[in-house]
Amino acid sequence: MSIMSAAAAGEVRGRRSSRAGRMQWSRTWTVARTELRQLAQARDYWIPMAALGGIFFLVVPAILLLTITRVSQGDMIEKISTTLEMLPTTAQEQIHGVTQEGRIAYALAVFLFAPIAVVVPLTISTAVGAATLVGERERGTGEFLAHSPATAREIYVGKLVASLVPGYMTTIIGFGLYSLLVNLIAAGDVGRWFFPTTQWLALMLWVIPPFLAFTLSLVLRLSARVKSTAAAQQAAGLVSLPLIMVSYTQSTGALFGAGVSVWVVGAVAWVVAIASLTRGVRSVTRARLLGVADGV
Amino acid sequence: MDGVTHRFGDVTALDRLSFVVPSDAVTVLLGPNGAGKTTAIRAITGALSPAEGSILTLGVDPRTDGDAVRPRCGVVSAKPALYDRLSGWDNLLYAARLYGVAGRGVPRHEVDQRIRSSAARFGIDAALEHQVAGYSTGMKTRLALARAVLHEPDLVLFDEPTSGLDPESAHAVLELITDMAAAGRTVVMCTHLLAEAEGIADHVVVLEAGSALVTGTPEEVTRRYWPGDLVLIEAEAPDQLDRIANWRGVVGYDRDPGQAARVHVDGPGRVPDLVAGLVADGVRVTRVEPHQPTLEDLYFAVRRAARGDGLAPVRGVVPAAPERIRSVR
Repeated sequence: MSIMSAAAAGEVRGRRSSRAGRMQWSRTWTVARTELRQLAQARDYWIPMAALGGIFFLVVPAILLLTITRVSQGDMIEKISTTLEMLPTTAQEQIHGVTQEGRIAYALAVFLFAPIAVVVPLTISTAVGAATLVGERERGTGEFLAHSPATAREIYVGKLVASLVPGYMTTIIGFGLYSLLVNLIAAGDVGRWFFPTTQWLALMLWVIPPFLAFTLSLVLRLSARVKSTAAAQQAAGLVSLPLIMVSYTQSTGALFGAGVSVWVVGAVAWVVAIASLTRGVRSVTRARLLGVADGV
Repeated sequence: MDGVTHRFGDVTALDRLSFVVPSDAVTVLLGPNGAGKTTAIRAITGALSPAEGSILTLGVDPRTDGDAVRPRCGVVSAKPALYDRLSGWDNLLYAARLYGVAGRGVPRHEVDQRIRSSAARFGIDAALEHQVAGYSTGMKTRLALARAVLHEPDLVLFDEPTSGLDPESAHAVLELITDMAAAGRTVVMCTHLLAEAEGIADHVVVLEAGSALVTGTPEEVTRRYWPGDLVLIEAEAPDQLDRIANWRGVVGYDRDPGQAARVHVDGPGRVPDLVAGLVADGVRVTRVEPHQPTLEDLYFAVRRAARGDGLAPVRGVVPAAPERIRSVR
């Protein structure tokens, strides 16, 4: 009978970890695609999420913009105009419009509603991310993954991609419809089709993704550690709500402050997100998928 | 596995566990719940990495070379571990992609054919398009079996494969496992149901509290525990049989209340003496026949021996008076 010492075992596990570093993207994509396929089957998930996107992207903006451009009395327009004068100078310089109603509509469409782009994907993606790893454990399918050739890194990245895609897709589709809506309602008063703006595009492509990735890295870590999906959702709410507030503030500031600020905010967010994502890989272990790790 | 120990916090799941799984045969891990059977299977594939002891699966250590081991293993866990929201087809396709059966360079029609034939082998092909949530327990187990062998693994591991199945489905699953071994696969099955291990085990490992109490072929182990002969004796009043427990030539005695006695004797020539002694005592013996020890007999004998109760000890015996024993002898 031979007994391998704990030190020796640790050494060989270290060697294994280095080998496990090789990642097969085909398997990663397989994990992501299967997760997405399940989501597509889950009406109880995507119907509320579609409703959330519809409210933020279509219903609320339509009501407010129509009220401003078609219904409002002069004194209300005056009050809102006064409020707009409190915006930073850089922001005021960006506001366009041939009428006062048009300037207000422009400000609302670009500076108020656009940062919602942060809220919607974060909410949708954290809902997916929170359930993804603990869900494998609860359904017993973690056993299948733990015995499969997929590495912990492939599983982690696959789950991350699967969590990112619904939120980001909702944002892209939602903002496509939003662009159409605000231009149809307010382009006449602004004087031209004005949305999307260059800064908004920078926000979408440069600022939001790292915020989303950072939040998901935390949520996936929680999902790997907690005992139930309900606990994961609660914990994800605690993590993501402050992050939504922070990212909303930063995104709004980036839009208000023209020029480099949007790039700086994005760059900092990317550094933090990459560091957090790299560290998050460690949260997925086969023992956790099986539900037998300490603390699970 | 050699001297493998694995702990979950303060609980020792595997305690210096050692056993060998012969290739191309069915090895059954027998043991009560909590004996460490599932943990052993997880250690074999490298899903768990015990810190102590050595493990070789298909020639390599799964803890350091799990990436080489897992693609060659197929596992059917106690719960089927299927994705309920997906169809049967999608479940198999997922496994095919993870195990490299499907992917770049493999024509789609070959993958489709592989999935269909694997499903057909377990009689689940007609239901592949349906969502797994609507499957019966038996169908789920069949799909899990099809998924486990889809990539033609060298080693198939079953963890309580008949759990939750009706007798007919359970029998069918056990037949499929036997067929797999006959087709040249190495099979490890763990169960606490002795009846289902009977007849399919080429090799048994009896586990208790994370340790292997005994390993070997059923015949080897049986000979180890019953080197003599085992006789089943029935009487009109079974409790009257208990007197022979201490008679000369009786190596072991076991009888459940109201049941026939299983008597382990040192040789077949001892049987007529026992019968004559019982008849002389006025016991109305109704049946005497040789008894082939079952896996169940073996299992309980092994566990009793491990507890220090001695080999096949007497249960519920009323010892005969010494002078009466002497006179019979």
